Amino acid sequence: MEHMEQYSITIDGRTLTAWEGQTIMEAAHDAGIYVPHLCYLRGLVPFGSCRVCTVKADGRFVSACTQPVTPKMTIENDSEELLDLRRSLIEMLFVEGNHFCMFCEKSGNCELQAIAYRLGISAPRHDYQFPERRLDASHPDIFLDMNRCILCARCVRASRDLDGKGCFDFVGRGRGRRIAVNAEARLSDTVVDVTDEAIDVCPVGAILKKRVGFKVPIGRRTYDLEPIGSDLEARRRPRAAAPTGGAS
Amino acid sequence: MSTASPTATKRVVIEPVTRVEGHGKVSILLDEANHVTQARLHIVEFRGFERYVQGRPYWEMPVLVQRLCGICPVSHHLAAAKALDVIVGADQLPPTAEKMRRLMHYGQMFQSHALHFFHLCSPDLLFGFDADPALRNVLAVADRYPELAVQGVMMRKYGQEIIKATAGKKVHGTGAIPGGINKNLSIEERDGFLKDLAQMTEWAKGALKIARDYTEANLELAGRFGNFDSNFLTLVREDGAMDLYDGQLRAIDAAGEPIFDQVDDQRYRDVLLEEVKDWSYMKFPFIKSIGAEKGWYRVGPLARVNACDRIDTPLAEAERQTFKALTGGKPNPMSLAYHWARMIELLHAVEKIGELLHDPDLQGADRVTRGDRREEGVGIIEAPRGTLIHHYKVNADDQVTMCNLIVSTTHNNTGMNRAVTDVAREFIDGVPEISEGLLNHIEVAVRAYDPCLSCATHAVGQMPLVVKLYDAAGALLDERVKGCEA
Repeated sequence: MEHMEQYSITIDGRTLTAWEGQTIMEAAHDAGIYVPHLCYLRGLVPFGSCRVCTVKADGRFVSACTQPVTPKMTIENDSEELLDLRRSLIEMLFVEGNHFCMFCEKSGNCELQAIAYRLGISAPRHDYQFPERRLDASHPDIFLDMNRCILCARCVRASRDLDGKGCFDFVGRGRGRRIAVNAEARLSDTVVDVTDEAIDVCPVGAILKKRVGFKVPIGRRTYDLEPIGSDLEARRRPRAAAPTGGAS
Repeated sequence: MSTASPTATKRVVIEPVTRVEGHGKVSILLDEANHVTQARLHIVEFRGFERYVQGRPYWEMPVLVQRLCGICPVSHHLAAAKALDVIVGADQLPPTAEKMRRLMHYGQMFQSHALHFFHLCSPDLLFGFDADPALRNVLAVADRYPELAVQGVMMRKYGQEIIKATAGKKVHGTGAIPGGINKNLSIEERDGFLKDLAQMTEWAKGALKIARDYTEANLELAGRFGNFDSNFLTLVREDGAMDLYDGQLRAIDAAGEPIFDQVDDQRYRDVLLEEVKDWSYMKFPFIKSIGAEKGWYRVGPLARVNACDRIDTPLAEAERQTFKALTGGKPNPMSLAYHWARMIELLHAVEKIGELLHDPDLQGADRVTRGDRREEGVGIIEAPRGTLIHHYKVNADDQVTMCNLIVSTTHNNTGMNRAVTDVAREFIDGVPEISEGLLNHIEVAVRAYDPCLSCATHAVGQMPLVVKLYDAAGALLDERVKGCEA
C-alpha cells in the first residue's frame, strides 16, 4: 500500500484521525459520524450534486462527499445552521418532484423520506410545483417513475462505472434537466438488466423492480425501526483502523 | 343545479348532512302549502380516482385506491387486492393469505359498525330524533351513558388493532398484495386478541340488544320512516350463507324471490349497469334485467341479512332468525332496520374473528401465489356499507388502463333518495314551520344507511349544518346554522 499521511481533524469538536486522500464524508463515516447525503453512495465516484452533505470546513461551506480532508481541518456537521440548510434542500427536492409517500412502494425504504424524518420535516416551506413527469413501464422487469427522480445520478454512475453499460444519463439544462435512457425512447430498448447495480442504487422510488411492490410489511422496512444513519452511528469506533475509499 | 325546480316556492337545504362519512347535502322543494314536491340527497364531492390511477403499476392499486377513505380503507384495499389476484392468476390463495385477509376484513367490519352505531347514530336512538341538538351528539352519550361510550371506543380499538396486526397500520396499511398477504399473525398478536375476545363478544351482544329492542319498541315509527319495497343485492357463499369477504352475487326482489343468484363476480356487468344523473356526482346502478327505473336496489347490512339463507356463526344466526321472524320470513323493508341488521353483523364479525384466531393457518409461512397473467380482473367484497366492486384492466407493461369502482354508497343511492323523500313527505309535508328536529329526521334516514358519501374522511362533530329557506323568486327567507363556523 502506498504510504499515506495520517491527519488529525475535528468534527463537531471531536478529534479523530483521517487519512490523506479521504473525503470528509469517508473520514466521518469511518468514525461513525453520520453526514446526511443522497447522491453520495460508497463505491460510486462522488458527484456532489445534491449538497445535502454540506458541512462547514474551516469556515467554508463544502460538500463532504467531494472535499478531501486537510491537516487539522475543523469541521462543523451537526449545527442548527447546517441542519436548516439541509432541511431546505430536502424540502426543495420534495416540491420539485411528485413525491406521494402514501402510495409509494419505496416508502419505509426511501432515503429521501428517511432523511426528511430524521431532520424533522413535517411539511415543506416551498410551494409544490407538480411537474409533468413521465413513466416508462416498457421494460419487462423494471419500472421508471420520473415523478420521484431527484437527479442524484447514482444510476448514471453505477450503470457507467459498475455495470459498464451507460444506460442512463442526463439530458437538458436547468429546470429541464432530467434522466434519460440510452435509447431512442424507451428503457426496453437499452441493454439494462434487472440485476444491474444501477437498478439497486436509486435512493427513491424512481427505479423500481417490477412486481416487488409492498412485499415487505410495515414494521420490517429499512427505516421503520431506527432513523437513517443509526446503523452507522451504532458502530462508532474511537479511531479509524484503516482508511476507506480515498478520493482518487 | 341544472335540474329545474318544478313548481317549488321554497327550497330547504341541509348542508352538510352531519354524522355521516363524507360530505353531502339534502334539498327539499316545497310548494305554497309546504307540501314536499321533491327531496334529494346530493353528493357534492368529486374524487377522480378512476382516472388518475391510469398508467400506474397494478401492484400499487391496493395501497393507492384505499386513500379513497379513512374510515373503511380496508374494504378498498381488499377489493383491489382481490381484483389483482385475478390479474396475477392467483385463483386459489394460500390458506394463510386468505385467512389473514379475512381477519383484516372482520376487524374492519367490527370497528366500522361499532363506530357507526355508538358514535354516529346512537344519539338519535338514545335521545330521540328531535331531542335538543345540544344533547344529540356523542359527547352527551358519553355523559349520560358512559359505559356505552367506553364500549364504543374499546370495540373500535379492538378492530383497529386487528387491522394493524394484519395490514401493518391501523389506517392505510399494506398487508394485502396481489396473490396474497405480506405477513402472518404472530402468536403474541394472536394471544393479545384472544384475551379480549369474550369481552368484545359480550359487548357486541349488548349493542345488538339495544338495536333490536329499539326496532321492536318503535315498530310503528319504523313502519312509516323510510319503509318501502326494494330489491336487495349482496354476495353470498355457494351454499347461500352470508360471506362478507368473498362469494357470488345474489339479488332478490321485495318479496324475497331471486332475480339472479350465484353470478360470478367477474361477470358483474352482465347483471348490473350504471346510470348518470346531472344533479349528483354519484352514479345510479341498477339491475340490468329490470331496467333503470325499477331495477334499483339496496345493499349493506339490511340487504345481506335479508338475502342470505343463513349465517354460519351460531349467535348471529339465532339473531338473524329473530330478525326474519319479524317480517314472516320476507325481506325487511324498513330503513331503520339497518341498525339491527348492522349489529347482527357486528356479532357475526367478532364470532368469525374468534374462529380465525384459533386457526393455526394464520401462523403459516406460505403467503403468496401466482399463476397465468391476465389483463382484466374484478374484485368484489361486502364492505361495512355494502357491496364494493373494483374492476381493473392492465396492459402488457403492467400499467392500469381502466378502473371502475362502484362503492357501497353508490349502490344505495336511489334507496337513500327514496328514504329522504319518504321521510320528508311523512314528517315535513304541510308543516307550517320546519324545526331543526324535523330536519334531523331527514338526516336520521340518511344515517341509517351509514353512507360514506364520497368515501372520504371527515371530523365528527366539526361539520356545520346550514339550513336555508328561499321564496319562490329565490330570495333567502331564513337561514339557520349549527355546529362550527360555516
